[in-house]
Amino acid sequence: MLTYKKTLIVLALSLPGIVNADEFTKADLTQWENEFQTVVKQGRAAFTDPNLGSNGVVCAQCHPNAANTHPETYPKFQKQLGKVISLWEMVNWCLRNPLEGKPLAADDPKMTALVAYITSERKGVKLDAGKH
Amino acid sequence: MNNSRRDFLKQSGLLLAASTLPLSLVEIAFAKEEDNFSFAYISDAHIQQIKGTQFVRNWDRGLMRAVAEANLLDPKPDFVMFGGDLAQLGKPEEIDHGLEILSALNTKPRFVLGEHDFYLDMGEYWAKKVSEHHYSFDHKGVHFVVLNSILTYDDWNNKWSSPQERMAMMAGLDNPLGSPFMVGEAQRNWLKADLAKVDKKTPVVVFSHSPLQKIYKGWNFWTDDAEQVQALLKPFNKVTVIYGHVHQIQYNQIGNISFHSVMATAWPWPYPSTYAKAEQFLPKLTVEMNRADPFFERDATGWQLIDIATGNTAVHYQLAENKPRTVAFNPKTKRPEDSEYQQQRAVTQNHY
Repeated sequence: MLTYKKTLIVLALSLPGIVNADEFTKADLTQWENEFQTVVKQGRAAFTDPNLGSNGVVCAQCHPNAANTHPETYPKFQKQLGKVISLWEMVNWCLRNPLEGKPLAADDPKMTALVAYITSERKGVKLDAGKH
Repeated sequence: MNNSRRDFLKQSGLLLAASTLPLSLVEIAFAKEEDNFSFAYISDAHIQQIKGTQFVRNWDRGLMRAVAEANLLDPKPDFVMFGGDLAQLGKPEEIDHGLEILSALNTKPRFVLGEHDFYLDMGEYWAKKVSEHHYSFDHKGVHFVVLNSILTYDDWNNKWSSPQERMAMMAGLDNPLGSPFMVGEAQRNWLKADLAKVDKKTPVVVFSHSPLQKIYKGWNFWTDDAEQVQALLKPFNKVTVIYGHVHQIQYNQIGNISFHSVMATAWPWPYPSTYAKAEQFLPKLTVEMNRADPFFERDATGWQLIDIATGNTAVHYQLAENKPRTVAFNPKTKRPEDSEYQQQRAVTQNHY
């Protein structure tokens, strides 16, 4: 009986704290979604930008709607490179080769945007790192 | 080299060439062997100007390889078809550069018009320098029709601020601001009149750029008035439609009409099924080709040998990094089937 009472008291004390920490307001969620969608839009713009590389070829030319990019399978062993890589490294491979351009830094805002767009087109697909 | 490989090479010089060639050879075979003939099919070169005399090397090489290897074909094809999208952005420079590469062919090509050749100047330069937009011809007992299937609504054509903007809008395959392709009423009337002169027992082969069937509207693997065109072809015993645009192997049978796509010399496309958000109608019959290896530029840009035995079609696809495939008309089931993979429904890889 005593234990039961103690538990109740502990719960009662901690409840307001939990509520304050975890409750995201609708305004928060809307803002974060908007921030994400803005970057996705920048990513789509880069994905179709003839000036991303040096020869006018755009990512979407071979990857309509970012199909066949498989973001959910990274990091994975890329047999042609002989090592496990993240998606941004494969994006850079495409920038260097079909687009004959310069690679981007992993944390370049343009790279973040490209990865955000590619990943958003695969929303809902099960994560499956390492898959081939 | 192992024995079977060596025997294979010994058997036929043509097959040796065929195992690597990124173009299509079409053979029309009849009951009487002396009536047989063949033609080659090259499509979707997408010659792309960077600036001045600089062009994207990758796409140039694809077309050059197809031309070089078409010239090795033995027996020599009666003619070569080019299936559309010679240019990437419809520029005269791109069309001229493409024609220059094609000029090395031993056999004069005939042309199908693609959207990338058209939407800069609505096909004016094409008509002047390359070919009529639609026409028909007869060759050794087969009636061939070339359609311009990439037309669209006038409202869409006229809504852009410049020809360059219109071309760019149509050039993006997945651009939601594009517009569905169609043959259009005027050309359907022309087709009706053209076919009225043809005996119903004559094999008919139709070349179009877009599929004259509906597969996935989002990427314009689609012709809006496909059913109306199919209806005009219905009275004929044997009809084959051969189309480009999709940069991948597709085949289908709708009533009396067999459909076959040809591959691109430039780059391959994923199947619409790989776009997780898309509802699409790839014919159930089609056994998909493998995913392309991006590290090998010419992978999944193959070519096809097509026999039209007794008016029906068999397509032999030559693939760079995979075993060759044959999709042949099966007279028992009355539809095209993959000779090796039709029953197991898969080549070796899953698409996802």
